[in-house]
Amino acid sequence: MNSVSEQAAGSVVPDMVAAIVREQGFLGEIDGRIGDGDHGINMSKGFRLAGDRLSGGAGLAQGFATLGDTLLGDIGGSMGPLYGTFFTEMADALNGAERIDANRFSAMLRAGVDTVADIGGAKPGDKTLMDVLVPAQAAFDTALGRGEEFAACLTAMKDAAAAGLESTRDMVARIGRASRLGERSRGTLDAGAASCNLLLEALADGLLRELGRGA
Amino acid sequence: MNRVINDPDQVVEDSLKGYLAAHPDLLAATEHPRVLRRAGPKSGRVGVVTGGGSGHEPAFLGYVGPGLLDAVAIGEVFASPTAKSFDAAFQAADNGQGVACLYGNYAGDNMNVKMATRLAGKAGIEVKTVVANDDLASAGPHERDKRRGVAGEILMWKAGGARAAEGGTLDEVIAAAQKAIDQTRSLGIGLSACTIPAAGKPNFTIEDGTMEVGIGHHGEPGIAVVPTKPAAEMAALMVERIVEDLPFGRGDDVAVLVSGLGATPVMELYILYAHVDEMLRARGITPRHRFVGNYFTSLEMNGVSVTALRLDAELDRLMACPARSVGLTVLGS
Repeated sequence: MNSVSEQAAGSVVPDMVAAIVREQGFLGEIDGRIGDGDHGINMSKGFRLAGDRLSGGAGLAQGFATLGDTLLGDIGGSMGPLYGTFFTEMADALNGAERIDANRFSAMLRAGVDTVADIGGAKPGDKTLMDVLVPAQAAFDTALGRGEEFAACLTAMKDAAAAGLESTRDMVARIGRASRLGERSRGTLDAGAASCNLLLEALADGLLRELGRGA
Repeated sequence: MNRVINDPDQVVEDSLKGYLAAHPDLLAATEHPRVLRRAGPKSGRVGVVTGGGSGHEPAFLGYVGPGLLDAVAIGEVFASPTAKSFDAAFQAADNGQGVACLYGNYAGDNMNVKMATRLAGKAGIEVKTVVANDDLASAGPHERDKRRGVAGEILMWKAGGARAAEGGTLDEVIAAAQKAIDQTRSLGIGLSACTIPAAGKPNFTIEDGTMEVGIGHHGEPGIAVVPTKPAAEMAALMVERIVEDLPFGRGDDVAVLVSGLGATPVMELYILYAHVDEMLRARGITPRHRFVGNYFTSLEMNGVSVTALRLDAELDRLMACPARSVGLTVLGS
């Protein structure tokens, strides 16, 4: 199978919620080193709320729309609008599709990454979630351009996300609250990049599982 | 932590109850739990809105009132309000004349206001913004777009709120607020750290006997950490930096605001103000409007900020317009 049903793909949303809730302590700890330490608490609060609002059996578009709406409505700071619009735009990009193939996924991811770039104004190298999103999207599209199957594209995206996260360790923050630390921000992973990697990993793993199932 | 709180996760909700109970003549609840509006009938004029994290009281909600703000969006402690709360504040303030959103330059606030402006636009509400960037310590003079907004925001709200009360159009209100913040510079000195109740411990430190020059409102690192100086030398340092940054010059009339950061005795604010006033006058700069008190705080941080605004005829008139709020009341002449 080179596509999954939009309905079955909805099962990845609870996986993404679980990943954020599970890693709340880790996200809070790395944020505390160079930020204000609230990333774990805020993300976990927002994702848990969205998880509670999701009824079982929701498709991916509805799941992303609920996530986006909850983050925009209930989580302030920087992460509410960034992830809120990310998921809202991806939900919109699914545009009633019944099946999701690699092309549809690519368009969805592009819509999400473009809106985060627009809202946040960060560029790769600024030590933010863009250092995960941009290479992950590029890796997916490169694999797709090579004619790889959907599953291989997802694996490429996941690997690039993990490498992107690791690349933030040696960066000096140029945007957001950590940027005021200058050189002191070097040596620590960026918390937003870390949560972004968790989300893309859960998304990829969940879709790979559904692809394997032939859903 | 030794604090007057119940649940550290509920400090914002709990303090809002107190504000509403204490000031029913000024503040009213809205359908959104994190948005307050001005009590009484709507003004019918351009709506003036701000928003920001909690912990800076009386900012931001304490500046809602006649001649100042119409509605405010309230965030968690030191965190931007959500996009939806800014949007709800726009709705609460709108009288069909458009809304001026006057807020501070922080990443989260910028994003949430941008999102909220889109949401309001879809509902037919025109929102224009002014972003305060008066903190001269937060970036160089050629990077003013990176500077944070601090206590100068109050003078921006005063100018914008007064222009709206005069019946100004949205563009006139925006122009007055923009001019006010463009002519304003601030600098703070921190003497001790502060603790977000939900975090339980400070995420920065200032050693006893030292002061951090240029500290931000959330403990953002300043320009230099030096041994604590007498008030006269603190004032000299702040006045010199502020005057040379704009720059202010001989013959200028100014509004001056000295704010404690939360734990500073008010007596000490006046000790500082005496020096600031004298030093400005020695440079031929005349303070025409003076504000001394806890106007924009950072929880229980010990420290002080000095803000100066260069007046022209319009700003002088707008500073003098009557205004009434928890944080600032001007009787008018």
